[in-house]
Amino acid sequence: VISESAAGAVTAAPAAARARHRAKRRATWRRRGTVLLFLSPWIVGFSVFFGYPLVMSAYLSFTSYDLISSPRWVGLGNYRYLFGEDPEIWNAVRNTLWLVAVLVPLQVLFAFGVATMLARARTGVGFFRTVFYLPALVPPVAATLGFVYILNPATGPVNTILDKLGIEGPLWFNDPAWSKPSLTLLGIWGIGNTMVIFLAAILDVPRHLAESAELDGAGPFRRMRWVTLPTISPVILFSVVIGVIAAMQYFTQAFVAAAVAAGQASQAGSVSTLEQGYPEGSTQFYPILLYYNGFRFFQMGYASAMAMLMLVVALSLTLLIISQSRRWVHYQGAAR
Amino acid sequence: MRRVTTAVVLFAAAALALVLAGVAASSKPSAKAPAGGAKASATTLTVWVGWSARELKEFNKVVAEYDKKNTDVDVKVVGSINDDKIVASLRAGQTADVISSFTSGNVGVFCKRGAWVDLKPYLEQDKVDLNQFPASTRYYTEYKGYRCALPLLADAYGFYYNKKLFRAAGLKGPPKTLQQLTAYAKKLTKKKANGSLDVVGFNPTFGFYQNTVGTYQPLVGAKYFDGEGKSALGKDAKWQTLLKWQKSLIDWYGHAKLVKWQAGAGDEFSASHAFERGKLAMLMDGEWRVAFIAAEHPELQYGTAAMPVAGTGKYGAGYINGTIIGIPERGKNRDEAWKLVKYLTTNDHALATFSNGIRNVPSTRTSARSKELKPDKNFAVFTKIFTNPNSGTIPITALGAAHLDTFQSFLAKWQSGKVSDLAGGLKKVDEQIDAKMKRAGGGPP
Repeated sequence: VISESAAGAVTAAPAAARARHRAKRRATWRRRGTVLLFLSPWIVGFSVFFGYPLVMSAYLSFTSYDLISSPRWVGLGNYRYLFGEDPEIWNAVRNTLWLVAVLVPLQVLFAFGVATMLARARTGVGFFRTVFYLPALVPPVAATLGFVYILNPATGPVNTILDKLGIEGPLWFNDPAWSKPSLTLLGIWGIGNTMVIFLAAILDVPRHLAESAELDGAGPFRRMRWVTLPTISPVILFSVVIGVIAAMQYFTQAFVAAAVAAGQASQAGSVSTLEQGYPEGSTQFYPILLYYNGFRFFQMGYASAMAMLMLVVALSLTLLIISQSRRWVHYQGAAR
Repeated sequence: MRRVTTAVVLFAAAALALVLAGVAASSKPSAKAPAGGAKASATTLTVWVGWSARELKEFNKVVAEYDKKNTDVDVKVVGSINDDKIVASLRAGQTADVISSFTSGNVGVFCKRGAWVDLKPYLEQDKVDLNQFPASTRYYTEYKGYRCALPLLADAYGFYYNKKLFRAAGLKGPPKTLQQLTAYAKKLTKKKANGSLDVVGFNPTFGFYQNTVGTYQPLVGAKYFDGEGKSALGKDAKWQTLLKWQKSLIDWYGHAKLVKWQAGAGDEFSASHAFERGKLAMLMDGEWRVAFIAAEHPELQYGTAAMPVAGTGKYGAGYINGTIIGIPERGKNRDEAWKLVKYLTTNDHALATFSNGIRNVPSTRTSARSKELKPDKNFAVFTKIFTNPNSGTIPITALGAAHLDTFQSFLAKWQSGKVSDLAGGLKKVDEQIDAKMKRAGGGPP
């Protein structure tokens, strides 16, 4: 015989368990709600400014879309034209690869070199750090205008000085052989951000390692090779990856330099007189060609296909660099 | 389990955000704000134009007259509008009632897609005679029979020469043939002690100031496309005549020397312009240079004429282009917009007033003879070029100016001496242009 109170306890136990469960679930959802609330700015920003454009670009790359009328499905037509017929694409690819192969290593080397010198400086440290960092604060358009002015072959101070020394200066931005090296000079000049990261990494190299190496008879070069470089190798990897991605998106400096060096303006009432990639297509980089196709020639479907290809190539290059980095990047405290 | 559920929630939130983004992107524009200002009951007409600063003020004067006479509308002008903004607005639906563009080469884009309304019903309703516009302006304001725009003032290209330098060189009057132009250029060119160029007689480099394929084409009368709509640069021998003449003069200077001189020639739209400073003896340019010279170098002794031509060209003709104006398909007040467009493009007084203000060529035959026009011998040359029946413009295509850009890229290599086979090179350019046109689904009319 079960007493009344015992029977009540038996029926109350599951109810209490259910109530506890409900309370727990409510708490869980509240927690999730709080998490979502804090995450929502990122979720909205990511979705609107990255997810949505990415999905739309992928879709548009299979369409013919002129920005005004509705996109028309063309299947792989844009990709066939991209790989097989576009007469300008390979020049743009070559120019962009040139930046990846020349500009990026030089920027990394120069930033590392300056950072090494600044790390050893004994006097005027703050002054020199500021001086070398300052160019990074100059807006890209202003910096480019300045360089085009300084390197103007007819009136610029560089060629004027060279002229006085009896040297005929190059045509810089006006010569297809010199336009990319001129942009490289501009790129090297503005390495302030990379330089600061290198400087922080170099200053963070454990002093005892360098001292031990010195006691073992290692000279400055060997200390650099076997102590400093392995220690800062994650920073080198970071700089290379960021540099490669930036080189593949290189736009503003080349676009402005080409327009200003050519001395051209939009022709009133008609087409622009601007020669794409002045001089002679030497500054026609992939993103610039993409821009022309999308916004000047109203081929946004094709421009989207170009953008998707750029995404794939940038991603592949990044993955390749990261996979190769296992051989030369050393993380402090990491198990080998 | 919790991680999975959280991931699902996050995914759902992201999906919701995507949907919201999509909805936001495809939503229709909100209704226009009610008109403010003096005319409380008037319809507000928004007009987008490319002019800015001084030129915008002149346009506002013309519009103000219209505004005063028409109490039923209140016209608001927005300046500094370029084609990027126009296309973006057409896509988003947030557009003006009347739009004008400097890039007449894009009329194929605006007309083909029906982004600007067909003006034919309005023209027929008001019995507007299209023949009052010269043929070339009629051409660049429609695409394949779809008239979506009208010309609002025009640009005519002609020849400027420095009279003082001519006198010093013993030359009388402007050259009329390309051969004479070459001889004059050589005579007028002065070099510095180190052999670099000081004063250049004439610079035929494509890309220099207003030197383009379009502006040079009338000098030889070459054809861009054949009867089937295929690119004809390699087929029409006149292109080779033009390019060989151009290259021979560049070679006489030396390409590198000319590039170096060009780098210091001065900004095109400033007082440092090479022709205005006497560093360039002869120049091809639009009629607007008259106003620039008057404002920046009134002391300059110069004359104007039609451009010299080859045997195949027709002296007196020149390159024509200009501003186009139309009504966007998504505009709210089409009838009122049409009345304003009609006034701006066909009223002689409005055109003459605006022409006096910004010194562009009035775009109708009657306004080009208007007594209201400020008399100016140098400017009058351009109104003659404008009304010359042989004057022409660039072909309108569905790709805007993409075909000219392809040609121009080739010419950059040609003029620097990197093309050995001109005929073969032009044939290849034809193939590239044809491929582009095929993709765009529309070549020239």
